[in-house]
Amino acid sequence: MLGRANPMLPMICGIERVKRETHDTFTFELTPPCDYSFAPGQFNMLYVFGVGEVAISVSGDPSKKEALVHTIRAVGSVTKAICKLKGGGSVGVRGAFGSDWQIDKAVGKDVVLVAGGIGLAPLRPVIYHILANRAEFGRVSVLYGTRTTGDLVFRREIEQWRGRFDLDFEVTVDTASADWRGDVGFVTTLIRKASFDPLETVAMLCGPEIMMRFSIAELKKLGLTSEQIFVSMERNMKCAVGFCGHCQFGPAFVCRDGPVFRLDHLEPLFGKHEI
Amino acid sequence: MPDILESKNLQQLIEVLSADGYRVVAPTVRDNAIIYDEIATVADLPKGWTDKQDGGNYRLEKRKDDAFFGYNVGPHSWKKFLHPPVTRLFRAKLEGNGFQVVPEVEETPDFAFFGVRSCELHAIAIHDRVLIDEQFVDPVYQARREKIFTVAVNCGQAGGTCFCVSMNTGPKASFGYDIVLTEVLDGERHYFTVETGSEKGAEVMSKIPLRKAEAEESETAEKIVAETVLQMGRYLDTTGIRDLLIRNYDHPRWDEVASRCLTCANCTMVCPTCFCSTVEDVTDLKGHAAERWRKWDSCFTLDFSYIHGGNVRSSAKSRYRQWMTHKLSAWIDQFETSGCVGCGRCITWCPTGIDITEEVRAIRETEVSD
Amino acid sequence: METLEPILAEHPFFRELARPDLHLLVGCASNVVFEAGTTIFREGEDADSFYLIRQGKVALEAESPERHSVIVQTLGKGEVLGWSWLVPPYHWCFDAKAVDLTRAIALNGKCLREKCDENPRLGYELLKGFARIMAERLQAARMQMLDIYGTNT
Repeated sequence: MLGRANPMLPMICGIERVKRETHDTFTFELTPPCDYSFAPGQFNMLYVFGVGEVAISVSGDPSKKEALVHTIRAVGSVTKAICKLKGGGSVGVRGAFGSDWQIDKAVGKDVVLVAGGIGLAPLRPVIYHILANRAEFGRVSVLYGTRTTGDLVFRREIEQWRGRFDLDFEVTVDTASADWRGDVGFVTTLIRKASFDPLETVAMLCGPEIMMRFSIAELKKLGLTSEQIFVSMERNMKCAVGFCGHCQFGPAFVCRDGPVFRLDHLEPLFGKHEI
Repeated sequence: MPDILESKNLQQLIEVLSADGYRVVAPTVRDNAIIYDEIATVADLPKGWTDKQDGGNYRLEKRKDDAFFGYNVGPHSWKKFLHPPVTRLFRAKLEGNGFQVVPEVEETPDFAFFGVRSCELHAIAIHDRVLIDEQFVDPVYQARREKIFTVAVNCGQAGGTCFCVSMNTGPKASFGYDIVLTEVLDGERHYFTVETGSEKGAEVMSKIPLRKAEAEESETAEKIVAETVLQMGRYLDTTGIRDLLIRNYDHPRWDEVASRCLTCANCTMVCPTCFCSTVEDVTDLKGHAAERWRKWDSCFTLDFSYIHGGNVRSSAKSRYRQWMTHKLSAWIDQFETSGCVGCGRCITWCPTGIDITEEVRAIRETEVSD
Repeated sequence: METLEPILAEHPFFRELARPDLHLLVGCASNVVFEAGTTIFREGEDADSFYLIRQGKVALEAESPERHSVIVQTLGKGEVLGWSWLVPPYHWCFDAKAVDLTRAIALNGKCLREKCDENPRLGYELLKGFARIMAERLQAARMQMLDIYGTNT
């Protein structure tokens, strides 16, 4: 964690490279601050000069210390401002904050990653970690649902991953033109087809809450328990250190106790409206 | 045995604190309410005033005596000094292709809080827990908090919306003060019993004219506080309250209270433990200099819970529920204490008189009758 | 002669069905293969069968308001294609096209409807299976309709 003395002060990081993923999503490689490290699932607060701060998960490889990577979708004032920045510019960084996916709990087990839309970004570090330590895990499935084929992020990498025999990477979109040869349908249909041993599986979910709710229902139908399911939650965040109160979810501060929660720790509130 | 400070010598306590470099902040009358602000002399205290409080109701009245502390808490709390409503977090200026962050160098004032009630000591302790004792420390709060001198006052009467006895937070100050006073008006006599709670307190006391209390004086003071216990305007049954509220997230009462709640955020502004804040970014006209400010925020505002796609809590019902369940239930999980100190401000300052004790009772009663 | 019964029994859709019931159904079954790109059925045509997909991938297509063909759903191994045979007037609602080489068991709808009329208990079992599939697809369709990953939700 940076700036322990004053957790509200950002460190300045230069933008090394910007890669366009889709019409509204970009991947930023920053020069990391000294002694920076993160665990897959954690996030940073990125500050744009004069505009504001936004919480963004780290989407890069945790073993590569030379680059701090975020994948950002331009949807709000701050993310839109970030996405206008170019290589050579800089942003403020506070972090890494929050809980991580606890990949060590999945060692020796089958792993199912369910991602929706930009939700693949916080799971990408998990994929990197698993592939770098492939022998430690059983069968690994990545099930990725998004809107259209034009909304797929990390395209080239996904092609590489799909070519591997030790990783089952499935993609489904909500709708596609007739020349698409991949799957069309909701991500739950991929869960039904994935191969894993329900008793010895850890599932990690990241995407819109409604997608996670239906995915959880499907996983539970197949025999998983809440203790085997991890979800990454999204809430408004202003401070990321438990001071501002914005990210509360019942008894939890999503910034501090999350964003990654084991599902049983969010129950019985998970799935209720307006929490 | 405590010491005795004659009321005519109270001014000397203020003078000693001022001489020690403290800015003395205390209750004072302004705009028909008792608020907290800097005072120069005892004449600035609300001497001879009292307050009548009820749901959505606050009124100052003249007392028949000259009590300095013959009222209860008003719309202000000490959080405005320790956790300022508006703070600049940092400044930033453009430099070449990038920018530099300029940290704040603030001269933190030394405050002497004069006339802090027991419920308020508890509120400060709760903020200590939230803003200092967890994983991260808020430097703004900590710098101010470390320097305060606290003159507490045991309550000689309870207000119409008080329920500190239910919350186990008063009316007698039990910790967190440098000096604690109990005001006694006994016929012609008007004095304070004084006890110290710290080295700092003892040092200040050594500079003011005191004498040892007679047993009878001490007993009179204790009797006054004991009587306050019996005067509480409100009662809140806290038995199993954490689970009671978790069990009742879908209770119809939330709809009912929402029909009266204006989501005006008054309750959160007057609450001595509500700590939520937001941030605002500003730039100069040329866009070369930027500032980041932190401001009090409230979970009753619509965009408090905004995430891409919309507000998580868009109904009044969900926002009232968030506030009350956080205060009385989730707070216990987060900070191992209730977030409510029973000061009654949220009841008094609610424009429609929504009463947190009544809301809990309404939910509890439906369970009993089940 | 070897029948299709063991293949039917293996397919997830019939896994719960009792052997004697399967035995009744096997007379309505036939083996089919569709080369990649072949149209299996078209919207409006008589829905005279349904398919248990054993291998490959089938796309259900509809015409978008802009008059493009869009894929609304894909079905693969272990899934069932088509339930219009069950609902009057027994016409297909979408086009179905084999995306990859697709092997399937076709079950003749008319033959099935007759067997089910004779044997309502079998009909009930089949209907339960289709109700489950229809519910899953309706739910999925609603999710797709909600545009949950959308830009301007």
